[in-house]
Amino acid sequence: MLDAEVRADPVLLEPLRTTSWKFYVLIAILGSVVAWGVYAYSWQLRTGLSMTGLNDRVSWGVYISNFVFFIGISHAGTLISAILRVTHAEWRRPITRMAESITVMAIIVGAAFPLIDLGRPDRLLNIFLYGRLESAILWDFISIATYLAGSLLYLYLPMIPDLAIVRRQVLTGRLRSFLYRRLGRGWTGTAIQKRSLEKSIGMMAIIIIPVAISVHTVVSWIFGMTLRVGWHSAIFGPYFVAGAIFSGIATILIAMAIFRRVYHLEKYITLQHFRKLGALLLVLDLIMIYFTLSEYLTAAYGSESQDVIWLQVLLEGPYALMFWGMIGAGFILPAILLVSRRSIWQIVTAAVLVDVAMWMERFLIVVPSMVTPQMTFSWNQYSPSWVEWSITAAAFAGFALLYALFSKFFPIISMWEVSEGALEAAEPEPAIEGTTA
Amino acid sequence: MTDVDSDLEVSYDRTRRRFLRVLTSLVGVAGATTLFSGKILEVVGFHDVPSSDLRLASPAKHDWIMVIDLAKCDGCGKCTEACNEEHFVPPGMEYIKVYSVEDEFGHRYFMPRPCMHCDNAPCLKVCPVGATFRRDDGVILIDHGRCIGCRYCMAACPYDARSFNWAEPPHTEAELAHEYSPEAPWPHRIGTVEKCMFCAHETAKGELPACVTGCPMKAIYFGDRREDAISNGEEILRLAETLRREHGFRLKEEMGTEPRVWYLPARRD
Repeated sequence: MLDAEVRADPVLLEPLRTTSWKFYVLIAILGSVVAWGVYAYSWQLRTGLSMTGLNDRVSWGVYISNFVFFIGISHAGTLISAILRVTHAEWRRPITRMAESITVMAIIVGAAFPLIDLGRPDRLLNIFLYGRLESAILWDFISIATYLAGSLLYLYLPMIPDLAIVRRQVLTGRLRSFLYRRLGRGWTGTAIQKRSLEKSIGMMAIIIIPVAISVHTVVSWIFGMTLRVGWHSAIFGPYFVAGAIFSGIATILIAMAIFRRVYHLEKYITLQHFRKLGALLLVLDLIMIYFTLSEYLTAAYGSESQDVIWLQVLLEGPYALMFWGMIGAGFILPAILLVSRRSIWQIVTAAVLVDVAMWMERFLIVVPSMVTPQMTFSWNQYSPSWVEWSITAAAFAGFALLYALFSKFFPIISMWEVSEGALEAAEPEPAIEGTTA
Repeated sequence: MTDVDSDLEVSYDRTRRRFLRVLTSLVGVAGATTLFSGKILEVVGFHDVPSSDLRLASPAKHDWIMVIDLAKCDGCGKCTEACNEEHFVPPGMEYIKVYSVEDEFGHRYFMPRPCMHCDNAPCLKVCPVGATFRRDDGVILIDHGRCIGCRYCMAACPYDARSFNWAEPPHTEAELAHEYSPEAPWPHRIGTVEKCMFCAHETAKGELPACVTGCPMKAIYFGDRREDAISNGEEILRLAETLRREHGFRLKEEMGTEPRVWYLPARRD
């Protein structure tokens, strides 16, 4: 246990102590993209959803795709942190904080999209007044709210000892030291505090796993519960959850690479971490290829008339380029890159490809099913407008902005967990796997 | 246990009590807010939902049904016109869509499609706020004061029967003068979903829907399943017998949505 009095590695506290001009430039750029998105949304508020490319036949588009994508990304934290904690994978220690914070930011950004998509955001309270549990939207509402609350708690709990360290060892202004004092809750690192903290974290790790699985399952059920071709599929729950973990791992790999470089964390985040997460990414990649094959082959082989039209839209129609691009460059190429996993850049390149492909995958689930005609015999049309693209860009910028700011206020590596891991590794007794390798 | 630890135990205990007190009062405030939220919202003007009498169960006097004879339909679109005029349907929107269809033998015919008012309605199931509801007489209506515009019902409807007010619909004086009700839902409202309501305001007066009276070919019949009678304004037919003799069918029967709109085939002996 790293006592609050022991000096923490200055590298870890450096981002909280000093801020270079480059950071302010980054914040300014991200902030202006977000501001542009807010401006675009204000247009939409004034003139209604007619500002989007949506229409009566394709009534859900980029907004709902973003919703599914970001809620998917949010599974990074749960997997890395909770599952690895429960299975005592020791190498997780330096990356848990990064993962857990992705979860919180991604839920916030993702949950905004159904609201942005609403025709009457002024009536949002009707969900509370007249909410019907029969509707999958209510399932999502409840599940995501629970997940957000749980993730916040799960991010906060392991941060308490670090906050005590920060409070003592970083000279800050009044406001920030007040924040650390309040959040630190008088942590002194005594045995009784340590015991109850370990217990709470252990409990949260177990609780948060089924909650996370429920989240992307009910997101998939929004689609799965309708009778629409391409949506009405029993594989959707597991398919969405696997995709969520897949894109979540890719996102944390990208975050690791950036933080490692910018904050000089080479000592803590090593090639081994990339290789281990890369192996997990490979496993999820193969699962995604398997699920994708199952989903489309079942439809194609049976070739019901509606399924055939839907597959034409995807495989040779307006979305063919995107579909085959996703399969080739987003699923197969990363798998090849991840087999050897020789360098960090190789692994991060795969991660970037995966994230791009997973955004496409979400889009290809939402839109082509609506483009497939139900009553007529010509394809429905949809091309997203500048408002939709602006708000999408703002979401990505906002996500990065939240993350960058977070790393300036809180240590991005869990200092006490890392030093505790080092202590345990020094003791010969409990068999620890993964720290060497 | 050290002194520090036991001190902490004491302070934990105090903290816990304070925490419980705060928690209890928070729960109290939340409970009171929930109880009176309807009232509060009414006061601040959020509550533009019509009285719920309309939804209350009452002994249904009718069991509405529609039959469209495709052999008579010539695709003139007069039903849509009559409907648009009757309901001040915003431009670009159609409650009844007339599709041009070609069968497997190359024969062309027309198929008007109103809302099917399904007995097992996919749109009804998915609505998160109960804005879409079914009346005792089987008619499915939308409460435009409650709809939040999530468009889940549009995604769920297998018949493409629903449309959305993407922008503020252009209003006319006559439309604005009318008092809104879900049976006669105008003035139309931005950000809400619309569809055919089986002319609930007309049938309440004992009149036929606008599309039935507006059809020059007399192809659309409307009636009461309970009375086993349908009428196109000119003749009255027995429902069950007509459907049996003329091989009546419903769209996407295999989906199990149980539509209330029947079709008589375009070509039959």
